Amino acid sequence: MIRRITGWFNRHPRATLGALLAGPLGWISVVYLGSLLILLMHAFWSKDSFTGKVEPFNWTLDAFVQILSNPVYFTIAARTIGIALLVTISAAAIALPVAYYMARIASPRKRALLLVAVTMPLWASYLVKIYAWRTILQTNGLLGWAISPFGLEGPGLTEIANSWLVLTYLWLPYMILPVYAGLERIPNSLLEASADLGGRGWITFRRVIFPQLIPALAAGSIFTFSLSIGDYIVPDLVSDAKFIGNVIYDNSALGSFPVAAAFSFVPIVVMIGYLLFARRLGAFESL
Amino acid sequence: MKRFKGVTLLAVLALLVAACGGSTGESAAPSGDEKPAGWLEALGEAEGELNLIIWPGYAERGEYEGFNWVDPFEAETGCKVNVTAMTDSNNGVQLLQSGQYDGGSFSGDASVRLMTAGDVAPVNVDLLSNYAAVFSGLKNQAHNSKDGMPYGVPHGRGPNLLMWNTDVVTTAPTSWDAVWDGTAAVNGKISIYDSSIYIADAAIHLMAKQPELGIKNPYQLNEEQFAAAIDLLEKQRDLGVIYWGSYADQVAGFASGDLVIGTTWQFMANVLGGDTTAPKVETVMPEEGSTGWSDTWMMATKAANPNCMYLWMNHMMSAEANGQATVFFGEAATSVAACDYAETIAPGHCELTHASDEAYWETIWYWATPREDCDDADSATTCKTQDDWVEAWTTLRGN
Repeated sequence: MIRRITGWFNRHPRATLGALLAGPLGWISVVYLGSLLILLMHAFWSKDSFTGKVEPFNWTLDAFVQILSNPVYFTIAARTIGIALLVTISAAAIALPVAYYMARIASPRKRALLLVAVTMPLWASYLVKIYAWRTILQTNGLLGWAISPFGLEGPGLTEIANSWLVLTYLWLPYMILPVYAGLERIPNSLLEASADLGGRGWITFRRVIFPQLIPALAAGSIFTFSLSIGDYIVPDLVSDAKFIGNVIYDNSALGSFPVAAAFSFVPIVVMIGYLLFARRLGAFESL
Repeated sequence: MKRFKGVTLLAVLALLVAACGGSTGESAAPSGDEKPAGWLEALGEAEGELNLIIWPGYAERGEYEGFNWVDPFEAETGCKVNVTAMTDSNNGVQLLQSGQYDGGSFSGDASVRLMTAGDVAPVNVDLLSNYAAVFSGLKNQAHNSKDGMPYGVPHGRGPNLLMWNTDVVTTAPTSWDAVWDGTAAVNGKISIYDSSIYIADAAIHLMAKQPELGIKNPYQLNEEQFAAAIDLLEKQRDLGVIYWGSYADQVAGFASGDLVIGTTWQFMANVLGGDTTAPKVETVMPEEGSTGWSDTWMMATKAANPNCMYLWMNHMMSAEANGQATVFFGEAATSVAACDYAETIAPGHCELTHASDEAYWETIWYWATPREDCDDADSATTCKTQDDWVEAWTTLRGN
């Protein structure tokens, strides 16, 4: 009997593959996509406004009407996407020279040290790092103390720029590492050829290195952008500002699941668009 | 049509089962014939576990010297207590509806919604030996009973207070004007509760300042009154307000000097008073009156550990537990015995908190849920609903 079964699978390689994948694929589709589907279905369900109870399968578009008719949701989405883009740009601007130094200039020993230094913050808890930034940024904090001799005051914990700063700090390693890997992949012969043809440093960077780094930058930006767009703890703790995630969290914590679910369509759609864009830049080949 | 038949059959069966259950008459439930969901006829064996939703500071086990009413409860009953703190009443409602809790301490803006939705069960107070001693002003109120049946037992009550840093605000304020009008010294350092219920505080300010709006109840606001309250809140926000979501946020802000004045609970003033490195703070109940709360321990209809929950409710009315808890939070105790016990820890506590002064409590607007029907007999008027309040708060905070 067993021989017959194995024989059958041997003759039908596609069935073998299907049987092997059935477990994990079933898990993903039922547990992961299933819960996502239930979450998104909440957006179309109505809710008792007094008791706050969701009424499943009582279909309505009220949540979307609420989000589209109140400009505050657009403001919040624009703020979140804007900060996520700023974080991505500033992380790239810092990552390029750091990664270039690591990949091209530093001695092997220094390179190893720098790699450890870049990845070290990832070992610390995310919350600890945010609270450390709070003690730096609060009015009487470290920064305020350092600049007080110049008659300046610490930024306090309400500035939106704090979120930009802290998110850039948090996600920087995720940008440096792909860019570093991308730089290592560029063969020396290309740079030599550029020099032979009279290309100085800047020209070589702009016309030889940078075009080849675009996939790596796009890969890093997926991390910095998606992690920033989904974050709701940093804006709350260092800026007192509302991001998309805060509105989703607030509405779910306040018992308004349909609005929370409807608003969660915004980051999902934005991320799908961003991933398609990144794919065109070749990000997935350099991950 | 076939499927519908099946459903109908099931419904008929369910009705039959329900009818049979009702007619066995093995119990003398309060209305006589039918047991309400979650009704407990007699105390059974303690389940060994209890999962509670609490306001921070409502279940202490000795983290602060001299305040521990959870450990003795666990030792006595064998019910291990797990707690989750809510950030505001809306959050508490959502937590209870998740179905993972046996009960919690709810303020009026949560308790009425939970009773209406059937998420909490009526309480058989005959099983609670400490209930008889509770002040009658705390029994069978709109926020803790329905159709004449108690749905919980009181924990304590108190007003929302104005707190300030005495180094920065040198003349003691007596009115809420301090947080609505601002001054050069406090702008940018005003601390406000981050919850839609705070709209009621704006309404109380308007009751004093703009009587022509005709606000009778700060929780039931019509279109015009609501717009005026939101307008006031927007002006306040532009003074540079920092909103606190958890009490720890506010305590940290006052301790570091980033906050110097704001709305608070006596609890935070007590925590700051116990921190010798923090700036000195004082509190006052402003002359316009204030919002406040009267909290109730309620049991979830689907509680997994109802016996432990009953034991806990009884425990929280005992002189020792209620005395400690109300001193710790800075609120009024719920019985003469608890008051007497509280006096042994904090002399003067009962008078300070007006524990038995019913006239005082008339000036306090307990948190309540905004309702479309304005919670009055007049069917002609409509008011802004709970959802409107939450959305307005999102708009205020999101811009």
